[in-house]
Amino acid sequence: MELTVETLTTWMNTFEAKINAKKAYLSELDTPIGDGDHGNNMARGMRAVTEALATKKPADLTTGLKLVAMSLISKVGGAAGPLYGTAFLEMAKKSNTTADLSELLNAAVLGIKQRGGADLGDKTMVDVWEVVVPKYTAGQLTVEKIAQAVEATKELVAKRGRASYLGERSVGHLDPGAVSSGYLFDALLETEADLK
Amino acid sequence: MSYGILIVSHVEQIAQGVPKLLKQIAPDIAITFAGGTDDHEIGTSLDKITAALEDNSATEILAFYDLGSAKMNLEMAGEFSTKPVHLYDTALIEGAYVAASLLQAGVDLPEIEKQLELLQIKGDG
Repeated sequence: MELTVETLTTWMNTFEAKINAKKAYLSELDTPIGDGDHGNNMARGMRAVTEALATKKPADLTTGLKLVAMSLISKVGGAAGPLYGTAFLEMAKKSNTTADLSELLNAAVLGIKQRGGADLGDKTMVDVWEVVVPKYTAGQLTVEKIAQAVEATKELVAKRGRASYLGERSVGHLDPGAVSSGYLFDALLETEADLK
Repeated sequence: MSYGILIVSHVEQIAQGVPKLLKQIAPDIAITFAGGTDDHEIGTSLDKITAALEDNSATEILAFYDLGSAKMNLEMAGEFSTKPVHLYDTALIEGAYVAASLLQAGVDLPEIEKQLELLQIKGDG
């Protein structure tokens, strides 16, 4: 679909609601293999995002995406800040030439990989983004496929981020960034369904 | 051109403490720091890092950090800033200490970087 300031705002509001509903769960996931603050960090970041969109009322998509990016970068606090922030910053840059969400998301994936240095299979949010975005582009994305991508991080050994210090001990835990990324794409599907 | 040092840690007290150690052996080197989030919690803040980068009186910065998100925020601060920032994946204290003592002794950057390479312990983590 073509992303607009209105659909971006609905998407972000829906994502924030999911993050708030799962805040404790996300921090709980982050406790054995991270620093236990992913839920609180994301909730703080998304509150800043939705407040910024509501009060600053961006005039165009690029400004809106930049606002999302800068809110996340300055408010999240943990590694998710620069990673999600870079994703939306890359989308903002790309939105100068296209509003097609597939193209924007593809730019976001490249940005996340470059910022964090993670590849597929490293047990990070990349394991969701890199699997889900091509399916979205092909028009085949479903909530089941998102859930599968998230669930697949459970058996991986962490190669990046705080969890990588635990090595093999990270196996058996879902990656919190992959889980929150799953909510972002769930929220996207719901936003699209509302439009129909 | 002058070189300064920037210390970034998830914890305010670590970020404040390392420069104290460095100042002992590098009293003439500009050293600034950023630690913790804007709410004084554990984490890193792009705004604090940017401020520490701009407040540093040197024209070129050697930056040292503790853990992953500090590195990503440092990279972003460097991208947003006009000041050149060199980022080192060394052990935080040892790397910063070596850089500070060599800068104080007037050693040039390539030679300092050769010494820092030996202290590299993280790179892709």
